[in-house]
Amino acid sequence: MRDYRRLWIGLVILALVSPIGLYIPEIMRTGSAWGEWGVDEIKQMIGYAPAGMERTADAWKAPMPDYALPGQEDAPLSRRSLSYVLSAFLGIAACGGGGYLLARWLTGHRGKHQA
Amino acid sequence: MHIPDGYLGPPTYLAAYAACAPLWAVAARRLRERLSARRAPLLAISAAFSFLVMMFNVPLPGGTTGHAVGGVLIAIGVGPWGAMLSITIALAIQALLFGDGGITAIGANCLNMAFVMPFTGYAAYSLLSRLLSSEKGKAVAAGIGGWVGLNCAAFTTALMLGLQPLLHTGTDGRALYAPYPFSVAIPAMMLGHLTLFGMVEALITGLAVYFLRRSQSAWVFQPAAEEREP
Repeated sequence: MRDYRRLWIGLVILALVSPIGLYIPEIMRTGSAWGEWGVDEIKQMIGYAPAGMERTADAWKAPMPDYALPGQEDAPLSRRSLSYVLSAFLGIAACGGGGYLLARWLTGHRGKHQA
Repeated sequence: MHIPDGYLGPPTYLAAYAACAPLWAVAARRLRERLSARRAPLLAISAAFSFLVMMFNVPLPGGTTGHAVGGVLIAIGVGPWGAMLSITIALAIQALLFGDGGITAIGANCLNMAFVMPFTGYAAYSLLSRLLSSEKGKAVAAGIGGWVGLNCAAFTTALMLGLQPLLHTGTDGRALYAPYPFSVAIPAMMLGHLTLFGMVEALITGLAVYFLRRSQSAWVFQPAAEEREP
């Protein structure tokens, strides 16, 4: 159990330093990942917005797009790095919680089976 | 490597969901049979780890960004089927809450990052770790496994994207979804992953395995033995 606690602490440290993943690409002025452009970017690249893409690109409105608080996607970098850390902790909670529930569901029935 | 909404036409993303469904079912059955209650927390830890590691964007100078996935490191801890489920959780949360990867493309992204990556990378690791059995050797095998897994996932992602102009081009010659053919998509995806992103994945996987083994962590010890438990 101490082992698991240390792994969780490791994850918390990763979350705290996560803005590295925001700052370095910003400093080096690199663009989006390949194949992850917005419709506007595609339009600039090939001269038109593919019709099907335009229809489905906004199929879902995520509450915190790009790991930023709603409406803060273009806030100064320092503000965004705070949202980034917050997103990281939300991610730990959601993924950890999801993984925990799944693991309980998967291992929970076994006792009854064997009894 | 997160395919957004609007890049894949319905036939592709529906097929990807259809392909994932039985894989998720098999993964759940395997874990139900073999995951010991004591190791169950590793599923939660690895889902959170995968989520976090994908936040560390790595810039390719003069171009795009990429990131590690942690798929092979996770497969070493909870087995490739466990990795399939925990990375699926991370990808679903990323799509639903943070718009990273599309909702329609969750199946496709899971196929690439939660299935192809852990299985190919773990296979490479298993093969190599028999040849390189020293402590450092195991870390090197894990690193190479990470590199292999990430690149296989990048390749299948490129295949899905490059397929779109073949399936969906209007009579005016304009693409309806992802516009670049195989000849563009494959080199563009592979360039960064074969080099920088793959190296980052290899370093993370190799160093993590080295230190987890040194600290006798449950992550890397006895997974095989406990996997065999009824």
